[in-house]
Amino acid sequence: MPAGDTPAAIQIRDLRFRWRPGLAEVLAIPRFQVARGEHLFIRGASGSGKSTLLSLLAGVNAPSAGEIRVLDQPLHRLSGVQRDHFRADHIGFVFQLFNLIPYLSVLENVTLPCRFSKLRTRRATAAGHSLDSEARRLLAHLEMNSDELIHRRVTELSVGQQQRVATARALIGAPEILIADEPTSALDSDLRENFIRLLFQECAATGSTLLFVSHDRQLEGLFGHHVAMDELNRTGRGG
Amino acid sequence: MPILSLALKSLLNRRFTVGLMLISIALSVALLLGVERLRTESRSSFANTISGTDLVVGARSGAINLLLYSVFRIGDATNNISWKSYQAFAAHRLVEWTIPISLGDSHRGYRVMGTSGDYFRHYRYAGTRPLAFRQGQAFEQVYEAVLGAEVADKLGYRLGQEIVVAHGAGKTSFNRHDDKPFTVSGILKPTGTPVDRTVHIPLAGIEAIHVDWVQGRQVPGVRIDAEAALEKDLTPKAITAFLVGLKSKIATFRVQREINDYRREPLQAILPGVALQQLWDLMSVAENALLIISGLVVAVGLAGMLTVMLAGLNERRREMAILRSVGARPLHILTLITGESLALSLLGSGLGLFLLYATLLLVRPVIEARFGLHLSIDLPSLREYIMLGLVNASGVLIGLIPGYRAYRYSLADGMNIRI
Repeated sequence: MPAGDTPAAIQIRDLRFRWRPGLAEVLAIPRFQVARGEHLFIRGASGSGKSTLLSLLAGVNAPSAGEIRVLDQPLHRLSGVQRDHFRADHIGFVFQLFNLIPYLSVLENVTLPCRFSKLRTRRATAAGHSLDSEARRLLAHLEMNSDELIHRRVTELSVGQQQRVATARALIGAPEILIADEPTSALDSDLRENFIRLLFQECAATGSTLLFVSHDRQLEGLFGHHVAMDELNRTGRGG
Repeated sequence: MPILSLALKSLLNRRFTVGLMLISIALSVALLLGVERLRTESRSSFANTISGTDLVVGARSGAINLLLYSVFRIGDATNNISWKSYQAFAAHRLVEWTIPISLGDSHRGYRVMGTSGDYFRHYRYAGTRPLAFRQGQAFEQVYEAVLGAEVADKLGYRLGQEIVVAHGAGKTSFNRHDDKPFTVSGILKPTGTPVDRTVHIPLAGIEAIHVDWVQGRQVPGVRIDAEAALEKDLTPKAITAFLVGLKSKIATFRVQREINDYRREPLQAILPGVALQQLWDLMSVAENALLIISGLVVAVGLAGMLTVMLAGLNERRREMAILRSVGARPLHILTLITGESLALSLLGSGLGLFLLYATLLLVRPVIEARFGLHLSIDLPSLREYIMLGLVNASGVLIGLIPGYRAYRYSLADGMNIRI
């Protein structure tokens, strides 16, 4: 990478996506770039194609045409299994709701990505401590440090607590990209800001790129960069 | 494999439904194996009814008919054979021993069999087991009787008790030989064979109760009491059948041919092992039906598992989306769901085996006492292992159905669930 030039975390060129040949295009993005370490707010109403964009960035779906590079990996050229590996190694996810697997404990939920990624296990344990203590450390950063909370069933946690556990899970093993899909929509407004600040803090600590997707304009001001789905997606139709 | 431990944890989380599913699989597996075990045990017990006997000889009818009345005390002989013919073969140089059998009377529904003391010496069942006495000894006097274990137990008879033999084989008979009662001299140990249901008396006893009878009816006006009967010649004129033990097995077919070709009287000699096999083949239809039914019960158990898994799949799409988001491949999702059904059928089979052995331990004494059927508590046989293997293979195959659906869901849904 040339010095002085901020290397791109995500580069998209002439990306097109339709669910099946013959169906209407749901996504058409001529050009889109996100720099490494950037905290980007993507605003979009439901149906604007944002979920589809996230699934393409995560490699769950493959584009119908065009290029999509994430961390210099050409996702459009990788096989499904390779994309799954890539996602396991490099991307952390926080969803809107119901982020946790009900039959796993809090710590098992946090360390779940390490079951699928050796790289993240290595990074999480690089400082010499065990996966569990790394999970506890992350939870403590997210103000979830009471033993009582950690040993509670995940279904008995409040929504805010669940989102923190989900965030710790997304952060474990320091993935380069963190994607948060409406993670605050179930939170009270005063909790929202708090949560987002925590997220910034953790991303800054690991140098992760944050993609924050929401329809909530109020949050936009907290981010240094923002973009609207309507500007990105040129199909005029959502998915 | 991390995904299988996930499968186990997911099962544990749904303890109640999973427990019910496990119970239904375990019960059906226990039933399948139980039926299989009963089948093999009753087959071997059946084959064990008579052993060490080389030939069974009776009047000419059919092999199965002869076996049925002479060994199983079922049905009646078409004809008797003369004492003379019996004597001729009893004295044959290749014959080591013979056991004469005379049937036609009964005691409260149990068949009465006239025989000689050789019966207690030479009769063998279940390989080489001889008849053994629980109490008393073989009959020595004309009016003495030896009871099979079931007869003594069911009717509550003890040594020294007097019993009356009735004419014919029915449970109630109007023609009772009540003027000539028999004293119980011995009670046999249970054998699990028709011997348990037989009242044994000497051939002379059979003659004695019929001295004042002609053509199966008491001669009117003629009454010969028990004491007086003893004065008469009590050598039988005819018997129903006889069992033969040969000095050498090699001579079996030769002696059989000699008996079948006997010119003075039409006789038939059969090899009990062959006739037993033929008889069992007749029953194998019922036996197979039983096995098919228990196989169907297993199928129903597994179908129940399929239903529950398919019904729960929709609720689990969120879980699969989370797994996909942390890097699980669609193949992992397939393994997760199919692994659950494998775990369920493995656990179910294990529990079923446990149930089977627990039940066997519990009911074994009862079955042995009631039916004389000895259930062995051995490790599963190869056939049973194959059955268990088939159950588990079907479990996995069935699990592939929801597994494949989940796979399709996870491909289509990705990480966005629209429920």
